[in-house]
Amino acid sequence: MFRRLFYVGVLFVSLGISPVQSLTIEITGGEEGALPIAIVPFGGNSPVNIAEIITNDLQHTGYFAPLAEKDIISHPHRAEEVRFEDWRLLGVESLVIGLVQGGTVQFELFNVMKGNRLTGLSFNVGSGNLRRVAHKISDVIYQQLTGNRGAFNTRIAYISAGIVQGRRPNTYSLKISDADGYNSQTVLTSKEPLLSPAWSPDGTRLAYVSFENRHPWVYIQDLRTGKRDIIANYPGSNSAPAWSPDGQSLALSLSKDGNAEIYLLNIATRALRRLTNNIAIDTEPAWSPDGSTIVFTSDRGGSPQIYRVSINTGSEERLTFEGSYNAHPQFSPDGRQIALVHGNGAVHHIGIIELGKKTIRTITRTNLDESPSFAPNGTMIIYSTEENGRGVLKIVSVDGRTPQRLGGLENNETREPAWSPVNRKLEE
Amino acid sequence: MQHWSRLLILSCPLVIFGCTIEQTHESSEIGILGESGTGIGVGSDTTGGGREIGAPTGNYPQEPIYTPEDRMGTTFGKEFDDPSTDLSKRIIYFDYDNTDVRAEDQSILMAHASYLAKNPKTSLILEGHTDERGSREYNLALGERRAQAVRQYMQLNVAPNQIEIVSYGEERPAAIGHEESAWQLNRRVEIVYRRRK
Repeated sequence: MFRRLFYVGVLFVSLGISPVQSLTIEITGGEEGALPIAIVPFGGNSPVNIAEIITNDLQHTGYFAPLAEKDIISHPHRAEEVRFEDWRLLGVESLVIGLVQGGTVQFELFNVMKGNRLTGLSFNVGSGNLRRVAHKISDVIYQQLTGNRGAFNTRIAYISAGIVQGRRPNTYSLKISDADGYNSQTVLTSKEPLLSPAWSPDGTRLAYVSFENRHPWVYIQDLRTGKRDIIANYPGSNSAPAWSPDGQSLALSLSKDGNAEIYLLNIATRALRRLTNNIAIDTEPAWSPDGSTIVFTSDRGGSPQIYRVSINTGSEERLTFEGSYNAHPQFSPDGRQIALVHGNGAVHHIGIIELGKKTIRTITRTNLDESPSFAPNGTMIIYSTEENGRGVLKIVSVDGRTPQRLGGLENNETREPAWSPVNRKLEE
Repeated sequence: MQHWSRLLILSCPLVIFGCTIEQTHESSEIGILGESGTGIGVGSDTTGGGREIGAPTGNYPQEPIYTPEDRMGTTFGKEFDDPSTDLSKRIIYFDYDNTDVRAEDQSILMAHASYLAKNPKTSLILEGHTDERGSREYNLALGERRAQAVRQYMQLNVAPNQIEIVSYGEERPAAIGHEESAWQLNRRVEIVYRRRK
């Protein structure tokens, strides 16, 4: 296992993608009613443990209970080697086998109960993107068994703060990694705080807030070229950027006129349009997927709550009434739900509210849960929380199954995850 | 960029005054993901840091935990050092999700306002901070409102450009910890003096 990880490191260093820093996945709980599945370690020589990657991916969803590798006693790599009765005895309902051979990765998925093959694919790959092939296989398995599109071949952006125990952070990094926490790359480092990373709809750019000029300013950075532009540096705070679904505009919170208000900013022309006008705090805008409304956090009613404003008419309505603290709204990709930070002052959980309803469903149980961000398929949410005094990232299913942790780097605090809206192609 | 570089150079002589600033250069170093999008180009950049963030205490950006007392030392004058004076008190604390200045702190703010009025070349920054609970962007706005609330008490006979506001939200905690003993030290506005030309 360690040796394999070492090989991965060498591989990527040689490609110039350094440093390779891996968030290790630790399974922090099982789930009743999850589908028992066995993913047999793939045959052949691979510098990457493909079965392990698939196992972690499926575990993250909360809907699968993969058999631990140590409990896998039979190791078929081809269909003719599979003895279904072995797997039935282990209580496994689905079986994945595979083989890496001559630049090709092939896999097959079986229904153990019926004893038949459900699907199978073969990929021609260079060794460089074996992890991506593994995620693609996870997507295929997930779609076959649940009927829904997978979201494993995606990326996340997050902020990593370098801390020494008992001190506050002295370096901040904006990072991107695969959705399982591996292959992390540093997009930007600064000795001043970085926050609020937000993906452009096409996944090629990030907007974020940086204090490098001693004030919170909003920047946009192109991930392909490294080019970065100051997009908002008005007096006061410039914060909470959110991309419009067409990628042409940002919604953001500016306090240039005295207090935090929601504005729309056309990225090409830099034209500003003020959307709210209230003496209270108005911040954390998020666009509905159809681009017609924006939800945001405001304390105009005395405590932070979620409001919605129509972009065309400017009409506003309050959406949350339960609890004394509701903030950081994020639309689900289908526009029917909003994830938010839900609390009462003492504790803050991740909650979900259905549009048109007032009930907030709490889907996490720890106390400092923040920054929910939907997976592009809408079935999972990544968020940040505190564990043993340190900020960590977790993934939870939208229906609140056991959260799975993406364990952060040693001594580093990870926070503010943002899930890329784009499913990557294999050749990217 | 050039504009900022020039400011940076201009600000350097100010160090001589003992404003004990200049970690600001260092803190503006940034590294950027390189051209290829895969390598890591560590680009050094001198954006910003050009203003004289002259806190009356040194070591600010890189300081480990600092207690309120750590920022009491000053090069400004005796009246800033004497713990019996209101000018020696330069941190104002707040209740949870609240931006009201406590009654007992109002005399402190009056003392600073009076100092500013008598010393029109002196200016200061009101740094707004919050505890870690809740969302970061909301906390950024909350910290700003706290600084604005403090400014309300200091505006009389003071030129607008003598007071600048910056909110750090929850990003710069004074105390590290995940319980009320730390949180109460983090919900604050810090009064940070600097000199102007």
